[in-house]
Amino acid sequence: MIPIGEMVARTGAWLKTDGPHADRILSTRVRLARNLAGTPFVGRAVDEDLLRVYRTVAAAALATEPFRGGAAQTMNELSLLDRQFLLERHLVSHDLTGDGVARGLVLAVDERASVLVNDEDHVRIQSLEAGFRLEESWARAQGVDAALEEALPFAWSGDLGYLTACPTNVGTGLRASVLLHLPALVLTQRMKQILVGVTQVGLTVRGYHGEGTEVMGNFLQLSNQVTLGQDEEEILTKLTRVVRQVLDWEEKAQDQLLRQARWQVEDKIMRAVGVLRSCRLLSSQEAIGLLSASRFGNTLGMRNMPEIAVLNELLIRCQPAHLQRAAGRDMSSEERNEYRARLVREILGVDDAPEPTR
Amino acid sequence: MKCLNCDAEATIFFKEVVDGQLREVRLCEACAAEKGFHLAVEQNKLTIANQFIWMAENLYPESEAKVGAVQCPSCGIRYSQFARTGRLGCADCYGAFEAQLKQILRRVHGATRHHGRAPRGADASTLRQRDLGRLREELNRAVDREEFELAAQLRDRIRRMEEEAPAAAEETGNAGGDRDAGSACDAGGTS
Repeated sequence: MIPIGEMVARTGAWLKTDGPHADRILSTRVRLARNLAGTPFVGRAVDEDLLRVYRTVAAAALATEPFRGGAAQTMNELSLLDRQFLLERHLVSHDLTGDGVARGLVLAVDERASVLVNDEDHVRIQSLEAGFRLEESWARAQGVDAALEEALPFAWSGDLGYLTACPTNVGTGLRASVLLHLPALVLTQRMKQILVGVTQVGLTVRGYHGEGTEVMGNFLQLSNQVTLGQDEEEILTKLTRVVRQVLDWEEKAQDQLLRQARWQVEDKIMRAVGVLRSCRLLSSQEAIGLLSASRFGNTLGMRNMPEIAVLNELLIRCQPAHLQRAAGRDMSSEERNEYRARLVREILGVDDAPEPTR
Repeated sequence: MKCLNCDAEATIFFKEVVDGQLREVRLCEACAAEKGFHLAVEQNKLTIANQFIWMAENLYPESEAKVGAVQCPSCGIRYSQFARTGRLGCADCYGAFEAQLKQILRRVHGATRHHGRAPRGADASTLRQRDLGRLREELNRAVDREEFELAAQLRDRIRRMEEEAPAAAEETGNAGGDRDAGSACDAGGTS
């Protein structure tokens, strides 16, 4: 079997495609939390239990269709850099990369399906899509769930549904999230209102990197908070409705912005693209801001903008562990800034680079 | 608005459901701090886990010692450990800490009963038990809303199901206790 780090470095297919509403919706994700019946939850299980869970789940998952040709590895088999790399790619959780026995990842070749083993729960099925593809994402997660439950008895009760380590996930164990790009709402300073409104209808709002992170590069993640008392379809329908509503607000804010400050906005976007194409040093923070501005240029239908698929790829590949993996060595933050600027020029097809990146 | 404890302006608001009744709590910063709310607020980390701790320590202070000592017979963790970490030890903890967890589930989800998928392996009697529970819940809500025609239909469906499988019906003898779950469910959207 190919080591996960290498597999991911080679493919990353889902990143490059752009789905419906791809300019405003970066990705859609569905997660299902499950535990094996008869085994204590991860926090209470002994090492032997956890190892057995990892082996059983990895074997069962790899035998299913979505994981044909995929790979499974425990986190301790991976270098720190590789773990960081998977984290930057949103394939593992922060907890999973920490110390712990038999924490592992089963990954499909195209990265669209994965199973996190011995994270907060024994099993966390993940399905990832570019753009707004809640139905596809849900169908894939459900397919993996159905295939796994043939082989693994999951902890479930008639009253409470799927039993999870944290009561916030009990019931469906379903968390669906959508990562939105909302520059007009940020620029017109409406974001706070949106956050309050969205929270009141039972959804959770997070920044780019999930739990407890701030809003960065105008990206915002919406997901359902409630997992009990509503069935899967209700949860997904509600999320879809709110996402459409937020998109609608974003469009209105955008119209207002263009009416009031069209040239300022276009100027900001063109300058951002100019900097991306010509700078020699680029910090991670600045890159996120410039990529966000270019994305907005796409949404506004401006000409000569880098394509969304390219912007998605850059957003991921500009992160520290990705850069160091590409360079094949550890780099200081200064070195990374130089390397990042070079990588961006190369991917954008600017041919003034003194020497190509490796 | 004034703090419920003193005359100062209330700045911290939250809702809780006690015995099926939704109640809004308003506190000023000083009173909230006295009740142990300040840590979470200061660290700007009002996470679910922190809420559990806060609830365990403050909402039911008189019974804290008793509740905290309740132990899961299967995995051995005590309720106090769950309150500290926010993580249960095993599937059986849901039964062992049922009373306390119901409060938490109402707060977080606005409901105490599953309405979603069942694994393919779930046996017929478990599924019937789930369906009966849902029907009873619907019946209670219909009665609350005085929709008696619907209530009569639901009652007949429940009777038919019970007659088909008397053994399974007995297992759900406690379903009447979920009456308040229905009303918490309605209030859930705002809590």
